[in-house]
Amino acid sequence: MHCWGNLDFAAPRKIVRPVSRAAALPSEPLLLARGNGRSYGDVCVNSDGTLIDMRGLDRFIAFDAQQGVLRAEAGVLLADILALIVPHGWFLPVTPGTRFITLGGAIANDVHGKNHHREGTFGRHVRGFELLRSDGQRLQCSPDDNAELFAATVGGLGLTGLMSWAEISLRPIHGPAIYQRQQRFRSLHEFFELNRQAEIESEHAVAWIDCLSANPRGILIAGDHCAGEVSVPSKKTLRVPLTPPFSPVNRATLGAFNQAYFHRPLAQGRVHYAPFFYPLDGILDWNRLYGRAGFFQYQCVLPEGSDALAEILRVIARSGEGSLLAVLKTFGTITSPGLLSFPMPGANLALDFPHRGATSSRLFERLDAVVAAAGGRLYPAKDARMPPALFRSGYPALERFCKFVDPAFSSSFWRRVMEQS
Amino acid sequence: MKNILVIGATSAIAEHCARRWATRGTKLFLVGRNAERLAMIADDLRVRAGSADCIATFVLDANALASHQPMLEAALGFLGQLDGVLIAHGSLPDQQACEASVDMMLAEIANNGVSVIALAARLANVLEAQRSGCLAAIGSVAGDRGRQSNYTYGAAKALVDRFFEGLRNRLAPAGVSVLLIKPGFVDTPMTASFAKGGPLWATPERVAGEIVAAMDSGRQVLYTPWFWRWIMLIIRHIPERIFMRMKL
Repeated sequence: MHCWGNLDFAAPRKIVRPVSRAAALPSEPLLLARGNGRSYGDVCVNSDGTLIDMRGLDRFIAFDAQQGVLRAEAGVLLADILALIVPHGWFLPVTPGTRFITLGGAIANDVHGKNHHREGTFGRHVRGFELLRSDGQRLQCSPDDNAELFAATVGGLGLTGLMSWAEISLRPIHGPAIYQRQQRFRSLHEFFELNRQAEIESEHAVAWIDCLSANPRGILIAGDHCAGEVSVPSKKTLRVPLTPPFSPVNRATLGAFNQAYFHRPLAQGRVHYAPFFYPLDGILDWNRLYGRAGFFQYQCVLPEGSDALAEILRVIARSGEGSLLAVLKTFGTITSPGLLSFPMPGANLALDFPHRGATSSRLFERLDAVVAAAGGRLYPAKDARMPPALFRSGYPALERFCKFVDPAFSSSFWRRVMEQS
Repeated sequence: MKNILVIGATSAIAEHCARRWATRGTKLFLVGRNAERLAMIADDLRVRAGSADCIATFVLDANALASHQPMLEAALGFLGQLDGVLIAHGSLPDQQACEASVDMMLAEIANNGVSVIALAARLANVLEAQRSGCLAAIGSVAGDRGRQSNYTYGAAKALVDRFFEGLRNRLAPAGVSVLLIKPGFVDTPMTASFAKGGPLWATPERVAGEIVAAMDSGRQVLYTPWFWRWIMLIIRHIPERIFMRMKL
């Protein structure tokens, strides 16, 4: 079982599939629940440990279509939730850029979306869940009950125990349509101007950015749920059929792609929610495009008021490394509910880089230095290489969090950043 | 199909079939051995169906043959008429353990073979009198030829295969379709002990989609996924003289 970045990690010793949400935990050390394996690095990897494959626990438990409350097993995909709730006039209150993740994974990584400035993280909309601990306890956790364990588990990377089910609040919508607006920007200054306005006017705002350009440029995309008819996108999806031996993403192809993408006609008007929120879900196995060596995603948040963002972009543009998917979004001031939640107020940048060994490592080290100096942090869900010191400096609540880690749970990520063998 | 009886409703393949039926508004009577898991599946299907009244459950050990008639009466009481029946319960025996224990071997034959034809025999009479409906059961590609690695399971599934051929022949004039489903390798809890992955392994979702379509269209035999039909065609035609020396 691989991570989404197709990086080379040792296999788990064993894979266990719970037959039902009432099943007991395996009584062995080094447990880790795994959802759909869409984390880019090793938070979903448990080399030489026991992986609990949660995809079989994908049953709905209750759906209140009047109040917009859904309870489901942790292995249900967000895609399955949307298929159920959208026809009833409800939507996920927060959604990341793919719907092929599980409910449990969304909570364990406290994912965010394009509406962070309005709604905060996914965890803010979690009403409660059941947590199985290795001492045999089944604990109901919510912002009111077992509140500390709740805060540790939201964004807790699966380390506090096994989440069997969760209950979330939904957001009412008129239908599946989104009204979107796109605008080009040709400098960071212009981005922040447009973005500030977009965040006042719209629920959703995110920017694609050309990471090769010396002077940052890109397209800001804003959108709102709206009423009205919209054609359902075709069920047909593209699939990248095989993994090429080396990555076709290089300076030349990337430069041509970015040039064309920047100048493409801007979209304005109603679209279905799927292409708006999940453009890459239309291309199955797109991660194969980065070749057999796999790829890294570097996602950092930089506190407001620093010029670290410009510095990061300069380092990347100079390196010539970079990605098709470079995303810039500002996080709002809503406090994240989890002790290890990633979002904090500031600029959030995510870029993919093909795995090029030492070349990649050198670039990341330069970026790490800028992030650390600015008081920023990296996103564990995307990480496969951050140095332990950067993890410690980025997550000041780490010490409090450690008290809630279940002694039988661990992951390759955790052993790496905590320097446990 | 408006009213469907699912026996072995906690099997992964049956559950995925039931999800498809529930979302299209079918009334379902779910029969299974484990009451707790059956209740969880029923709750899930009620959410998917958007209605609590279209799902009922019945706890039954299929090997308790005397309970078949009360179950059938309860199903008919709830569903009114039977548009479709899917018999999906089964177990994958450990062949070597069956060689060591005749009792275990016979228990596996009873579970995978005898209990299935006992249910089918009762259901056939109902459907014949009703003069409509589809009777489907999950057999296996393993029933197509006896192999050293799996012949207890294969023999039980072959019993179902031959019995269903006969039923099909008998019920055709009554307008009742009789379908035998022959899945290949499916990634379910039943096959937990196998190393999975590779082109021959299919998901229960995919197999369920093909089963639902085959029951709708009144097919007789379904190899699922489709390529098993050609694999088994070859395997069935290897002369016994050669086959007996092969390690399959």
